[in-house]
Amino acid sequence: MGRYIARRLIYLIVVLIVVSFITFGLMHAVPGGPFDREKALPPEIMANLEKRYHLDDPLWKQYLNYLYDVFIPRLTTQPPKGTLEDDFLISAKIGGIWLRWMNFGPSYSSRSRTVNDIFRQQLPISAQLGTMALLVALIIGMPLGIIAALKQNTIFDYISMSIAIIGVSVPVIVLGPLLIWIFGVTLKWLPPTGWGAKPPYLLGFLPTKWGWDFFKFAIMPSVALGLGSSAVIARLTRASLLQTIREDYIRTARAKGLQERLVITRHALKNSLIPVVTILGPMFAALVTGTFVTELVFGIPGMGKYFVTSITNRDYPVIMGTILLYAVFLVIANLVVDIVYAYLDPRIRYD
Amino acid sequence: MSQEAMRLKEKTLTGGVPLTQKRENLWVDAFRRLIRNRAAVVGGTIVIILIVMAVFAPQIAPRSYEKQVLNDQNTVPAWLLSLFPTMKPYARISNDYLLGADYVGRDLFSRIVYGARVSLTVAFIGPLISLLIGTIYGSISGYFGGRVDNIMMRIVDVLYAFPGLLFIILLLAFFRSTLTKLEPGTFAYTISQLDARLGGMLFIFVGIGLTAWETMARLTRGQVLSVREKEFIEAARTIGASNLRIMFRHILPNIIGPLVVAETLAIPGYISTEAFLSFIGLGVNPPTPSWGSMISDGAQVIRTYPNQTVFPALALAITMFAFNFLGDGLRDALDPRLRGTQ
Repeated sequence: MGRYIARRLIYLIVVLIVVSFITFGLMHAVPGGPFDREKALPPEIMANLEKRYHLDDPLWKQYLNYLYDVFIPRLTTQPPKGTLEDDFLISAKIGGIWLRWMNFGPSYSSRSRTVNDIFRQQLPISAQLGTMALLVALIIGMPLGIIAALKQNTIFDYISMSIAIIGVSVPVIVLGPLLIWIFGVTLKWLPPTGWGAKPPYLLGFLPTKWGWDFFKFAIMPSVALGLGSSAVIARLTRASLLQTIREDYIRTARAKGLQERLVITRHALKNSLIPVVTILGPMFAALVTGTFVTELVFGIPGMGKYFVTSITNRDYPVIMGTILLYAVFLVIANLVVDIVYAYLDPRIRYD
Repeated sequence: MSQEAMRLKEKTLTGGVPLTQKRENLWVDAFRRLIRNRAAVVGGTIVIILIVMAVFAPQIAPRSYEKQVLNDQNTVPAWLLSLFPTMKPYARISNDYLLGADYVGRDLFSRIVYGARVSLTVAFIGPLISLLIGTIYGSISGYFGGRVDNIMMRIVDVLYAFPGLLFIILLLAFFRSTLTKLEPGTFAYTISQLDARLGGMLFIFVGIGLTAWETMARLTRGQVLSVREKEFIEAARTIGASNLRIMFRHILPNIIGPLVVAETLAIPGYISTEAFLSFIGLGVNPPTPSWGSMISDGAQVIRTYPNQTVFPALALAITMFAFNFLGDGLRDALDPRLRGTQ
């Protein structure tokens, strides 16, 4: 297992280098630059700006410098200088030595902020939204799937599966505006746009106050984002549970006189959830990129808005940083799912 | 053994079906199962209606989709007031427009009808691109196996970690923003001209194609691997069939079912990707109507004129329903064992 994880982590590094290379190449292959304006800047100012951000270096040098700043951890005795060029996402003092890692560089368009500043302020909000949506998906999806399977071919089954097909068929840009119109505008139960959580956060993203002030903003976006995934979970749970309750060991459990409730909870459910775990990886990926859409629909100040504006502004470090960060999320999510899968199903071995 | 006895034996062996009679074609069989599935029939009917709507949009739409009648901005037909009573105090009534007019006085209904063209084009071209790339890539990888397979699949693994939607946004935004800076005569210029002529759909196809083929490649590879070792492939090889012939004549027909099902189930994803891209202004070029851009326009006035959001949103949702129903039905029809999974 340890070997497997090590191999996957090496793979993660390869992925990040390829992703950064493609993104970097694409950004520089297309004409236009971050400081192009409707009215061209005087050449001296342009030269100065490019010098300040090292855009006058040869491309390979810019790329290698970027990789060095982001990937290579540094151990120094110097405390952080606090300048825009010297902002590391991980900066910890161990003994008398500073460990500093992941400098994504300054942002070109908002001059006083670094990419790490944007991550620190906006990423927790996206993470809250993503987590809430995942919870919604599980809380709605699993019971629907279980009910549908236990009452197969009854009205409960049909209703659950109809809800599921509605879920997969209604994208966020449809459900979002409809929810806003019904609950935000007509009934006035919930605020139509915005987000309620404020720093400080626990573990980097969990809000410290879990009151109505948080939920009244979070309910609509997380339902809009999570409903599609809940439908997928419901259908998979149903299929898997249907298969499990036909297994021999379930018949054995019933034969030895175990209560039906215990047969379901102890034997059937536990085993039928294994396949459901496998789709949590791709689902996490869908939710993570889905937060972008949802944030734009509901006007939530997360990473989504920054990514789209950074692209139109040619804010290279923000674009690179965001894409790399999300690639890391995707790879790690899949790795975690694989490990959990092996843990749940002892037949699976990765060596 | 007499001829009569021979025929009798044949009959008992095959359960009454004479051997000489050709077995029912897989697709005919599947189609028969499909039309017995009520949800799939409903879905299929809606898809056909949508196709008719898209093809005959100029005949069906009562007005032009781009003509702006500034006097009729945000007008609402009388019948809508009972559906959206909040509009009563301020709405300007004009029964010329079936579903009302938008913020520059364009007929909403006509725009929705024309919008079907974009969504349906994506619904058909998206699978085509990803099937084409994915099947070829996946079958080469699966058929040759060994080191070729290993390298090709590692490439797919790496691309899989690419945040797809972010990548499409990046591609589109870059190409769109540089259109004006391109020199006439260059390749990039020709491509962007073609894109402009297609109302901006070319880059959407490129974006969807680039990110969607990987799933297909993996699926195809898995299918090819499972068929590759079967006896009939061995037999074909023994009589000297070439690699290409085995691939296209023997393997592909046997794996096409699951591929078609996977693509049909992927169609709603393509449709919603296009709608989202148009929603954030990176999709089709205005004034070409897309349901996504209509929802985005309508969302600006959702407090005052909800009809401008609700109807395009409904159109989009119904279309996605239809394709989902059809995809589910197709899966059940082609492989009844899979019923209810996924």
